Amino acid sequence: MIKIYREEDYILWSYTMPMNNYINEAHKAEEAQSEDSSVKKRRIVIPGEVIATGEDYLPGEGARREGDNVLASRFGLAEEAGRVIKVIAITGAFIPRRNNVIIGRVTAVSFNGWIIDVDSASSAFLPIDESPRFINKSEMNQFLDIGEVVVAKIWSVNARGIDLSLKGQGLGKLDKGFIFRIIPNRVPRVIGREGSMITLIKENTGCNITVGQNGWIWVSGPSLEAEIKARKVIEFIVEKVYVSGLTELVEDWFVKNK
Amino acid sequence: MVNFKRSSGRTLTEMRKMYAKVGVIPNADGSAIFSFGDTVAIAAVYGPRQLHPQHMQDPATGILRVNYDLLSFSVYERKKPGPSRRSQEISKVTEWALSPVLDLKEFPNTVIDVQVYILQADAGTRTAGINAASLALAHAGIPMRNLVCSISVGKLDKNLVVDLDKEEEDYDEGEGATDFPIAKIANSDKYTLLQLDGKIQPEVVKKVLDLADKACDEIYEVQKKALKEVTEQ
Repeated sequence: MIKIYREEDYILWSYTMPMNNYINEAHKAEEAQSEDSSVKKRRIVIPGEVIATGEDYLPGEGARREGDNVLASRFGLAEEAGRVIKVIAITGAFIPRRNNVIIGRVTAVSFNGWIIDVDSASSAFLPIDESPRFINKSEMNQFLDIGEVVVAKIWSVNARGIDLSLKGQGLGKLDKGFIFRIIPNRVPRVIGREGSMITLIKENTGCNITVGQNGWIWVSGPSLEAEIKARKVIEFIVEKVYVSGLTELVEDWFVKNK
Repeated sequence: MVNFKRSSGRTLTEMRKMYAKVGVIPNADGSAIFSFGDTVAIAAVYGPRQLHPQHMQDPATGILRVNYDLLSFSVYERKKPGPSRRSQEISKVTEWALSPVLDLKEFPNTVIDVQVYILQADAGTRTAGINAASLALAHAGIPMRNLVCSISVGKLDKNLVVDLDKEEEDYDEGEGATDFPIAKIANSDKYTLLQLDGKIQPEVVKKVLDLADKACDEIYEVQKKALKEVTEQ
């Protein structure tokens, strides 16, 4: 049985901070419950497929109503949450959402901020006011220069583009280590429930890892070997994304690749 | 007319063996391969992404841009690489065949690039290309009303046949060969592509569409299966 988790099941936050577990027990119990009751109702749908019939259902994201039927508007996993039916994307490009933590690269420095490439359709802008400390406009490229990589949070998505912020825990410029890309829709699996998967990788490799929702991952560790190992295990997870019991598989991987 | 024999030994309404698979190009946002017998088309979707040149940007909606081409080794006589009159025309009709099902209002000022390449050509390349592109767009998670299915129906002398191959396309007895590529929105009676190469009587067109409808239902099942298989790697 293939078991695929919802995005909401995971902490959407990346873990740059030391491995503290902020697990809220009540929240966890609630999640486990909803997991059991709705997992059976999840299935892959294709565009135009009828998901449910009847007036009892409401079309949510990725679904639409046509007469008596609720149809899928895109390819993905159909999920019933009460009366609402939505389709969760499992493939495709990164669609920016508010509060996503992403990794991007500075492509230009303008007079009041930085333009950042976040691997999405619209360009992202990081205004000078959203930097964590005061920066003199004449010294902007000393704080962030073209080609440098930052972890930032999306605070708004509008017609003009994406607005970013550096104000928050774990956000800021990245140095040392390296970045690489994975398919954005597989990010939740790499992070794991409550960050369990990423914690496991960190414990086994001793690396610091930041996973951006846009599929960019930053790895920095005590040695190059450790960093490469972290990258390899993440690529292993990305390949095995649909397998259930992935945590055990990853543990086995670490035993084999000691 | 009943005793008409096709060179391939197929019955009049029998299609070539179809094969479809999605997720064949790791670097693309969505991709698919689709084949009718020896005709093999591969499609990759990139985007939505920023549209250049900027003057083509539409602030109301995203746009679709298709590039179709035969690879140089896909035909018997090496095809000179690069765009040609023919490939530009087919790119355009593929774009028109697919755009009615897409809803790109969510992605203003952007483009969705679809690259369709023919790996092997044995007639019906545009129809295979449209089927592959439709799958690839779905695989890329683009909002779509439905899939698009495409088939070419032909007329050899006075016999209507489904899914012409190259040998049949060159048929020259009696009234000769007529090639009638059709694309339609799956599970509906909306046609998005109708081309005609050859001669056909107006009263026969209705029959052609009926044959195409049946063939498209088969194609839809193949496409559906390919998309549903995605998790079972």
